[in-house]
Amino acid sequence: MSYSLPDDKGHFEQYGGVFIAETLMTAVTELQQAYEKYKDDEEFNAEFEHDLKHYVGRTTPLYHAQNLSNKLGGAQIHLKREDLNHTGAHKVNNTIGQALLAQRMGKTRIIAETGAGQHGVATATVAARLGLECVVYMGEVDVARQSLNVFRMKLLGAKVVPVSSGSRTLKDALNEAMRDWVTNIDDTFYIIGTVAGPHPYPMMVRDFQSIIGKEAKEQFDKQVGGLPDALVACVGGGSNAIGLFYNFIDDKSVSIFGVEAAGYGIEKGPTAHAAPLCAGSVGVLHGNRTYLMEDENGQIIEGHSVSAGLDYPGVGPEHAYLKDTGRAKYVSITDDEAIEAFHLLTKIEGILPALESAHAVAYGVKLAKKLPKDKHIIINLSGRGDKDIHTIAEIEGIKF
Amino acid sequence: MSRLNKVFSSLKQDNRKAFIPFITAGDSGIENTFELMQSLVNNGANIIELGVPFSDPMADGPVIAKSHERAVADGISLRDVLGLVRRFRKSNTYTPIVLMGYLNPIEVFGYEDFANQASQAGVDGVLVVDMPPEEAHDLKHLLNIVGIDFIFLVAPTTTDYRLKLLSKIASGFVYFVSLKGVTGAGNLEINSVNEHLERIRKYIDLPLGVGFGIKDTDTAKAVSKTADAVIVGSSIVSFIEKHAKHKDKMINAVSKFAKEISSSIN
Repeated sequence: MSYSLPDDKGHFEQYGGVFIAETLMTAVTELQQAYEKYKDDEEFNAEFEHDLKHYVGRTTPLYHAQNLSNKLGGAQIHLKREDLNHTGAHKVNNTIGQALLAQRMGKTRIIAETGAGQHGVATATVAARLGLECVVYMGEVDVARQSLNVFRMKLLGAKVVPVSSGSRTLKDALNEAMRDWVTNIDDTFYIIGTVAGPHPYPMMVRDFQSIIGKEAKEQFDKQVGGLPDALVACVGGGSNAIGLFYNFIDDKSVSIFGVEAAGYGIEKGPTAHAAPLCAGSVGVLHGNRTYLMEDENGQIIEGHSVSAGLDYPGVGPEHAYLKDTGRAKYVSITDDEAIEAFHLLTKIEGILPALESAHAVAYGVKLAKKLPKDKHIIINLSGRGDKDIHTIAEIEGIKF
Repeated sequence: MSRLNKVFSSLKQDNRKAFIPFITAGDSGIENTFELMQSLVNNGANIIELGVPFSDPMADGPVIAKSHERAVADGISLRDVLGLVRRFRKSNTYTPIVLMGYLNPIEVFGYEDFANQASQAGVDGVLVVDMPPEEAHDLKHLLNIVGIDFIFLVAPTTTDYRLKLLSKIASGFVYFVSLKGVTGAGNLEINSVNEHLERIRKYIDLPLGVGFGIKDTDTAKAVSKTADAVIVGSSIVSFIEKHAKHKDKMINAVSKFAKEISSSIN
């Protein structure tokens, strides 16, 4: 592979880096050194792969969605079925990797932030299995709209701490987790759920998630032959997207599309969407330089998306780099378009996508219609929609 | 000689320690902050640390984090903070002002514009919480040009290697975070603080301020025996929160507390 970012300071050109308080620097440096030590360690990787296979259930299928492709009459759509992972989303690929690292570093306590609750559940799950204490920070607003996942985490033995500061959503959960980490730095490992945070997180989370694209590439070659024409994945923080994209970055014939949440519509202004790459500007938040939703004074703006997993005001720095270089194209899909795609996939293929993943499906549908039948698109179906049934029911006015 | 250097060297001659109160600019209104700054000076503050409001103050505990939230909700920007300093300088040319905050407002303002306008306003030092020395090169260069001191945090977990790194870039004074945690947290252990100060002095030849966890005259007094400056934030900010709607009570409470602290350390 000729693509080799980030550099040893965690920079993707001007993006990424380590922007944290001195109070965290030693912990982050320790983590950098530990990851550097274990990332090419045979035993570590063997255990990681073993767990992905026997505990998570990988390899996940690459499924040719023939009904959907035939209905659209354009390019062939293939779904990378991350929804079939244990705990129902791609998030667990990363929590397995980080928890194994935590164990090797001798940490006995795990903390995490969560938005939709998927990362929280994936963290609580691995913590339960490894017998580690687990505390999950979650914004009060998200606690209310994702009560099912809150209960799941509690069943798994995690303590869920509602965060009442700031806008009481994912970004504030991240702030609170950072505060916990700095206070309990000796015994605590912070499992960040996306490709954000200070170096090494964007690189490390990408590496753990890159199994998605690695498998998809091999599967596509076996099932169809050669390379796909396009990749599509939703982007909140961007971990499932970079997981799919990473192994294709050098394959210039493959078009790459990241799909952000346009919420009520980008034209309605920054509080109506969560699309920093499409409509934000560059700044520094949560340890790295990237595109953000921010006002003219540098205050972070809380956006909106129907999917709790996409309404994060920042995005992984590697996506910022891929955008600027033009290697990936970032587009957006509104709440309504995502919900329509949710229903379409559910009815025609019998697969309930997570609302986050439904954004990718919606854009994949648009793209497929524009391409001939002999072209192939891989859409990352990053999670399953069971967690969103309440949201969908609410939109349709149904009460249980 | 910079204002910060002047204050520290003249205190040193008299064998006295600096009292540095922290307040978030614009918390309960810019006008109140302006009056509080004057009251703090009148009650023994040698240097003032002004918090620049930010929507995501990750290194701060609940008391100061909420003060940021209140000021952000009132729309207080970095530009407003510089305006406040400019106004303060019209009547006070001797008390150093240190801006303490997070990088993003400066990032969006532009480093060069920030350095120039901060200098023109009369800012003496800048502490950017989430900008470690590894990322600080460009801003350091620009602050150097205009003669603003770049102040850095040192934590109990800061290694000797990092102390050497910090010694090359820090100026004005160094802010030692007395405990593992966020602002306003826990109770500091004086023996451990003293050990760390001794270790820091091996590498860094600058006045050492101690903050985080100084809540009363007893801790202030204990810290002042070995530190060069005592930094108090959360306790003062909590008076501002408590009396947000009663300006006179607020100023009285802050003044009384400031007087107690400043007398206890000298």
